[in-house]
Amino acid sequence: MRIEVHTIKMFGIIAEKTGTHVLSAPHMDDTDQFTAWLFERYPQLEGVRFTLAIDKQLIHSNTVLNEGAEIALLPPYSGG
Amino acid sequence: MERFERQMILPELGIEGQQKLRSAKVLVVGAGGLGCPALLYLAAAGVKTIGIADGDKIEASNLNRQILFGYNNIGKSKASTTAKIITEKYPDIHVNAYDEFLTVENIPLILPHYDVVVDGTDNFASRYMLNDASVLFDKPLVYGAIYRFEGQVALFNAGNGSANYRDLFPQIPTFGEVANCSEAGVLGVLPGIIGILQATEAIKWIAGIGRPLVNKVLFCNLTNHSFYEIDLAPNEDAQKNRPTTLEDFQKANYSADCMTVADIGWKKALESSTQKTSVFVDIRDPTEMPRWSSSQCLEIPYGRLAERAELFSGETPVFLFCQHGIRSRPAAVELRKIFKRNSIYSITGGVEHPDSPVRLLK
Repeated sequence: MRIEVHTIKMFGIIAEKTGTHVLSAPHMDDTDQFTAWLFERYPQLEGVRFTLAIDKQLIHSNTVLNEGAEIALLPPYSGG
Repeated sequence: MERFERQMILPELGIEGQQKLRSAKVLVVGAGGLGCPALLYLAAAGVKTIGIADGDKIEASNLNRQILFGYNNIGKSKASTTAKIITEKYPDIHVNAYDEFLTVENIPLILPHYDVVVDGTDNFASRYMLNDASVLFDKPLVYGAIYRFEGQVALFNAGNGSANYRDLFPQIPTFGEVANCSEAGVLGVLPGIIGILQATEAIKWIAGIGRPLVNKVLFCNLTNHSFYEIDLAPNEDAQKNRPTTLEDFQKANYSADCMTVADIGWKKALESSTQKTSVFVDIRDPTEMPRWSSSQCLEIPYGRLAERAELFSGETPVFLFCQHGIRSRPAAVELRKIFKRNSIYSITGGVEHPDSPVRLLK
């Protein structure tokens, strides 16, 4: 039996707050479900601004997640 | 011409590509960690007209990464010093120095003279302002940004159907939990690499080489040399806060958008403290200078604020401050949430602000 998981890639302050640049999430139906799971698991991310990319494609609203889709959490950087 | 001989023999560049570089005008905004390496490589490659806009003066703490400058430049204006250094090194390059920060007032006077803009700024307000200006004046914008050991690079607004910064991050962050280099820390090699990637994108765009990062954003992590490239598309909804006319652009207040209700200026805070008992809290590290020897000031480093619940759960107004006003802001916002009160503030600009009473004892 194959259990599909989502690989979650994290960047910048998000990776810092969760302590890792990559983790796995159980299969989710859509990105709203995913973010609810994320904030429950990592309450320290509450209030941190980021954009999501699914399989390296940026999204702006709730998006259906295919099995095994890779999710990236992209926060803005301001340093220069 | 011997000066560019080595690059002109590249089939991708040739004489034609070199002519394009020579006639291009590139405006670099910010002669900081990103701007310095970008400027050096643009000049080395033969971009004949380079503009550099920066209102800052060179400080010792810049030297670990602002690679144009050295000890003997400390105290001097960044833009004029950049012009001097580059033109001494490469007399064939012309540098226009603007010893001022770009604002909604001066951008319309400066930007139209250039073909490409390079974002070397270090704060969100400037980035959004520059992005919106680039779209308004139809100039490609080479974006670059850093955080500790990670960077982002992209080419925005480069032709029809090309995304811009707001398609990546539609809304300006209202609190600065992601700070600039004085708060987050940085090794020079990171902006060095990201800045040179920015110069690369500018050169590729101008000379028509390779595949520029149009509708793409490159994420780099130097700790493990991983690169992650994402695709993005123009999104109408993401553009709704962008001013679309010159009039609206010049009315926009990008710094205010970045502020929160938790922000207060020194003058107002000090005045208010004469009318009502208040407490000022210095949340800096004990080694940060200068210190404030006021009786109404407590020193509680950022990491230890949580231990002082009695201070925040009362009614006494609390004014938090740090070196630049960047750490104190998320602290104030957070404390307001936790203690459910509004009289906890962050002092704008911190110790470094001109109105700050915190001074070095002479």
